[in-house]
Amino acid sequence: MSTATETQRKAPAGERVADWADGRLGIYGLAKANMRKIFPDHWSFMLGEICLYSFIIIILTGVYLTLFFHPSMNEVVYHGSYEPMQGIRMSEAYASTLDISFDVRGGLLVRQIHHWAAVIFLAGMFVHMFRVFFTGAYRKPREINWLFGFLLFVLGMFTGFTGYSLPDDLLSGTGVRFTQGAILSMPIVGTYISMFLFGGEFPGTDIIARFYSIHILLLPGIMLGLVVGHLILVFFHKHTQFAGPGKTNKNVVGMPLLPVYMAKAGGFFFLVFGFISVIAAIATINPIWALGPYRPDQVSTGAQPDWYMGFAEGFVRVMPGWEINLWGHTLVLGVLIPLVLFGVVLAALALYPFIESWITGDKREHHILDRPRNAPTRTGLGVAWVTIYFVMLIGGGNDIWATHFHMSLNAISWFVRIAFFVGPVLAFVVTRRICLGLQRRDKEKVLHGRESGTIKRLPHGEFVEIHEPLSPEQLHTLTAHEQYKPIEIGPTVDENGVERKPSALQKLRARLSKSYYGENNQIAKPTAEEYKEITSGHGHH
Amino acid sequence: MSSQQIPEENLPVEQGTAHGAVEGAGDPFADPGLPAHKPRIQDIDERAANRSERAVALMFTLSMLATVGFIASYVIFPVDQIVYIWPFGHVSALNFSLGLTLGLALFLIGAGAVHWARTLMSDVEVADDRHAIEATPEVKAKVLADFADGARESALGRRKLIRNTMFGALALVPLSGVVLLRDLGPLPEKKLRKTLWAKGKQLVNMNTMEPLRPEDVVVGSLTFAMPEGLEEDAHDFQSQIAKAALMIIRIEPDNIKDKREREWAHEGIVAFSKICTHVGCPISLYEQQTHHVLCPCHQSTFDLSDGARVIFGPAGHALPQLRIGVNSEGNLEALGDFEEPVGPAFWERG
Repeated sequence: MSTATETQRKAPAGERVADWADGRLGIYGLAKANMRKIFPDHWSFMLGEICLYSFIIIILTGVYLTLFFHPSMNEVVYHGSYEPMQGIRMSEAYASTLDISFDVRGGLLVRQIHHWAAVIFLAGMFVHMFRVFFTGAYRKPREINWLFGFLLFVLGMFTGFTGYSLPDDLLSGTGVRFTQGAILSMPIVGTYISMFLFGGEFPGTDIIARFYSIHILLLPGIMLGLVVGHLILVFFHKHTQFAGPGKTNKNVVGMPLLPVYMAKAGGFFFLVFGFISVIAAIATINPIWALGPYRPDQVSTGAQPDWYMGFAEGFVRVMPGWEINLWGHTLVLGVLIPLVLFGVVLAALALYPFIESWITGDKREHHILDRPRNAPTRTGLGVAWVTIYFVMLIGGGNDIWATHFHMSLNAISWFVRIAFFVGPVLAFVVTRRICLGLQRRDKEKVLHGRESGTIKRLPHGEFVEIHEPLSPEQLHTLTAHEQYKPIEIGPTVDENGVERKPSALQKLRARLSKSYYGENNQIAKPTAEEYKEITSGHGHH
Repeated sequence: MSSQQIPEENLPVEQGTAHGAVEGAGDPFADPGLPAHKPRIQDIDERAANRSERAVALMFTLSMLATVGFIASYVIFPVDQIVYIWPFGHVSALNFSLGLTLGLALFLIGAGAVHWARTLMSDVEVADDRHAIEATPEVKAKVLADFADGARESALGRRKLIRNTMFGALALVPLSGVVLLRDLGPLPEKKLRKTLWAKGKQLVNMNTMEPLRPEDVVVGSLTFAMPEGLEEDAHDFQSQIAKAALMIIRIEPDNIKDKREREWAHEGIVAFSKICTHVGCPISLYEQQTHHVLCPCHQSTFDLSDGARVIFGPAGHALPQLRIGVNSEGNLEALGDFEEPVGPAFWERG
């Protein structure tokens, strides 16, 4: 008895706290599964971390900003410490943003960290999403997590938009006006949505307060839930990994969460935060004091949204101004089509994993990542999408391009109009060819070894380059990828001579499958026979 | 359809289990297994490990100093002090020093932790097994059986009246929430068709706030005007100016190509809505020689000498013109409201 109490007394304080928590939360069970959880290592896996950390930074700095910001459109006359705005009539929202920038010590820094982190958050999500796309990491079982990520990207865009509209400055007000004009273009419901959103005619006196509640509560609340779900799924599915020696679809190779990833990932949070703080110290972002408060009858030149809204801006700028007037109604195609395309371009991203899994018919789990070259059609489609995105970014900044590079604005607009159709096709074809070329090179390397750079002269005078055979690890890594066979429709007449008519959908699927995995659309990977024949036979060349 | 089954042999062999037809000991592409761990210098040389330790500790210490520097900057620099720092130019001393010290304090913690992880923590790679996400058939059968039991005990399938009324109630109850949104704003009605302009309203120069006289408007100048009686401190000023803002220019009457434009002008002085018909930006760039105006937002270009028709860009129709004349005092006045809605097009515009 006395020894039992003896050992109990000796339990260190940390353990006793953990015991207390375990008795209430069951933390030992959780820690057993997760404390030494294995995470694979690859530089591209940190892209998602950048997003997570910038999201946390945005929340931290955002809470601080709410302590000083007044989301009100009440008109005040400015008497703060920023001289050029003295005596100017402005909304309280704008005035309080000036106060944050010029009167609250450190307020400008926090504002700039908040905005820089938002820009980096969206850029991080963009790049992270394409890491996931080009390596096929969205395949089963991760399709739902792809959708979570997609929603985070889209909601992030709108949270960013509502956020940079809050200061009620001339630039952001112009962006809000543009949004209202786009809303008006919606058939039947446009004017109603506009009146309901703005509490009357544009701009009214409600929109800043409404955006505020959307920006600090509604959207981030949803996003926080999605981020948590995203992370739970990452833990639950375990991380994907690239093919390599010892790595299979049934294991995960790497280092444990405690201590290595605690230190690396935890440390990386501080690296990201530190990096953004330095940027906020040396680079001004959104100098709302430069343009003045919003007035619907005033505007500045070179007006640009934040970068992630630029592609939507591009659609709006280069679309011809089509309007159809019939039976007393107007169909504003010139604005409506860009609005629809904005949705379609994004939706294509969301749906792609499901389309691909329909084409392959593959219902198995995939934990080994594809190298982009080994999925030429997917990679081509991804690059085509990115091409559309960047072409429209050029369109969105056509005035900036024109003034900075002394080009004709009209010519740029026409270039974007044409490139919207031609660019993705060209990008697709070129990318796929590059992928196939890289596949051929891999095959060559497997079969003939690595070019050593050593030139040997043969007795009869011929010069040859010595090829070094690859190590078993390299051989395995270069041949570990999966290759599908294209789906055939099969005989249209069955064994009893009865005609079987394949449905249009079946035909479409077979055609798509062929374009993905047909003879000329992937390079058959080397077989062991080929390898043996070459290496065992008459040696090299 | 997804009911169309994909034959098994179409799917590639699962990664990491086999590599095609040739399988077994003779397979040159077989997985050789995890490579042996390569020790780092810190793993074999204690002095190197000690150096790493000192490096990590140094970074953590510098971080502490940076935080002290942050607090010192907060106290020392006045909020309005501007300093010149190459190559950034004139910057706020407070913002610059706070940001740099905070950045350093954070960055050094991160760098220390990462350096610690990379040099001193074990870097032996280990493999963990994955388990199928799907449940086993037994678990699935158990769950389905449990669900069937629960469903049977609820009698939901048998007592259809309960089921149907419950669905009805659940479907209706969110309507209350939708109804509550009604007062978010008024109905559009004719609001977008009307502006403050009316017969007899004088044009007020937005720079001088004085009524405009024809002699104030010279060829080549661009003047912005608003209706008399609209005050900047009026509660609805923003919403009214968003529709009523005017652009005034003077063109030699002979150079006006559009017949109606010439009739609605006063001695070549024409008044057009300043609000772009694309998505509503105010148009502000005027080319004197050609009488073209350009919206700086999306570059819609209008020819003010030809009924303000669109000559480039995404706008869908011409800028509305306001009919103007001169009153008894010799000031410019409107002869009515715009005949069509100003600003972006919408469904009811017609």
